Amino acid sequence: MKHTERELSALKEEVSQMWRLVISQVEKVKQAYFSGDVEVAREIASREKRVDAFELKIDSDCENYIALFSPVAVDLRLVLSMIKISSTLERIGDFAEGIARHVVENECNKIDSALLEELQMEKIFDTLITMLSDSYVALESENTKLSGKILAKDNEIDELYNKSVDILTSHMRANTDFIACGLKTFLLIRKLERIGDHCSNIVEEIVFYVDAKVLKHGGRENAKR
Amino acid sequence: MIEAKNIDFYYGDFHALKNISMAMEANTVTAFIGPSGCGKSTFLRLFNRMNDLIDGTRLTGECLVDGQNIYSKSIHVDELRKKIGMVFQKANPFPKSIFENVAYGLRVNNMGDKSFIRQRVEESLAAAALWDEVKDKLKKSAFELSGGQQQRLCIARALAVSPSILLMDEPASALDPISTSKIEELIHSLKKDYTIVIVTHNMQQAARVSDKTGFFMLGDLIEFSDTKKMFLSPEKEQTQNYITGRFG
Repeated sequence: MKHTERELSALKEEVSQMWRLVISQVEKVKQAYFSGDVEVAREIASREKRVDAFELKIDSDCENYIALFSPVAVDLRLVLSMIKISSTLERIGDFAEGIARHVVENECNKIDSALLEELQMEKIFDTLITMLSDSYVALESENTKLSGKILAKDNEIDELYNKSVDILTSHMRANTDFIACGLKTFLLIRKLERIGDHCSNIVEEIVFYVDAKVLKHGGRENAKR
Repeated sequence: MIEAKNIDFYYGDFHALKNISMAMEANTVTAFIGPSGCGKSTFLRLFNRMNDLIDGTRLTGECLVDGQNIYSKSIHVDELRKKIGMVFQKANPFPKSIFENVAYGLRVNNMGDKSFIRQRVEESLAAAALWDEVKDKLKKSAFELSGGQQQRLCIARALAVSPSILLMDEPASALDPISTSKIEELIHSLKKDYTIVIVTHNMQQAARVSDKTGFFMLGDLIEFSDTKKMFLSPEKEQTQNYITGRFG
């Protein structure tokens, strides 16, 4: 392996480490949310600093690689993708921290389990974790066959998010004491929905790196042709 | 417009170019890249018939400039070379003054009187971004100029006879980064008036200056596409391996 390839492998490995950390953050925030475990939630907040540090390090390494090696073709696409993916992972880390803060504040953790089921909160979390894990596998294997499946899952999340608006609205109408918690729960689901969008953005970057196709901003249909 | 159709070229028994076809639009810059011995300079030299000077060479196929086959019997090579100028890797000024270097082509071709020649020399030196640096020392020897200035003088000399096409064989490979940058800037500005074809070993240079790039290997044209596409998402694995340095 040439040293330029070793540098790229090291860069990819850094992104993989960051990715594993972010997956773990989302898994833990699910655990903290359903158990109301404040300690786990605090642990997430403290590990968020490591996510941020990864982003800074990856940015710096990508800048150095571009400055020193002037990459082109697949190497350039890889470096550009790594910059965007690490930035997106950092945003996902922020959302996980935001949800953890919701748990720590402990104001409306004890939502009626029937409502949680109606909102399909567990399914939303699990779908997001699957999206993150599958896109991690797609990058590791440089195989974009999973991309369609992952993007379809984002649509599922969007549907659940849209349904949650109606569900929460009717609950708040029926129970005015629930309005504050209802709004906070809505904001929490909104964060989860944004994580889904970010997972889709990551998949688009992997497809750009591996297949040199642009999926974003309407490019998905063009890429199918 | 320049067009090559099914070009095969031989140095004796050696098959140097294999069935090459490509078209280069007017007022564009086309770069040829590829490892040493891949045939890119041979292909470039076909277009002003420089290879005719080498014994034992053989060509099949057609080289068309503005629709006319430049290897047809009716073509006069001297006339062709007025239309298609060439700049070489190493600056090769004549042992004459700066002025006479640029005027040389005009004089030997009897192109105009003294005042026309004076005007054309100034225009050519200005087009080659050299006028401001030499206007006060036109009678000095060309050898007093720096390497980068000498190369721009050679470009001015090529431009003086009003060609429509400029062939450049690694024009900046012997120059420092500042001179290289001036040559590249010059290529960019000349594009509006000339069709430029450049051979370069410097892939960043090809990426910076050209609209289209052709990648040659072992006499084959592996890929010919828009430069942006070639350097972001080349079609062929061989191209990718070469431009990313994984070749060999």
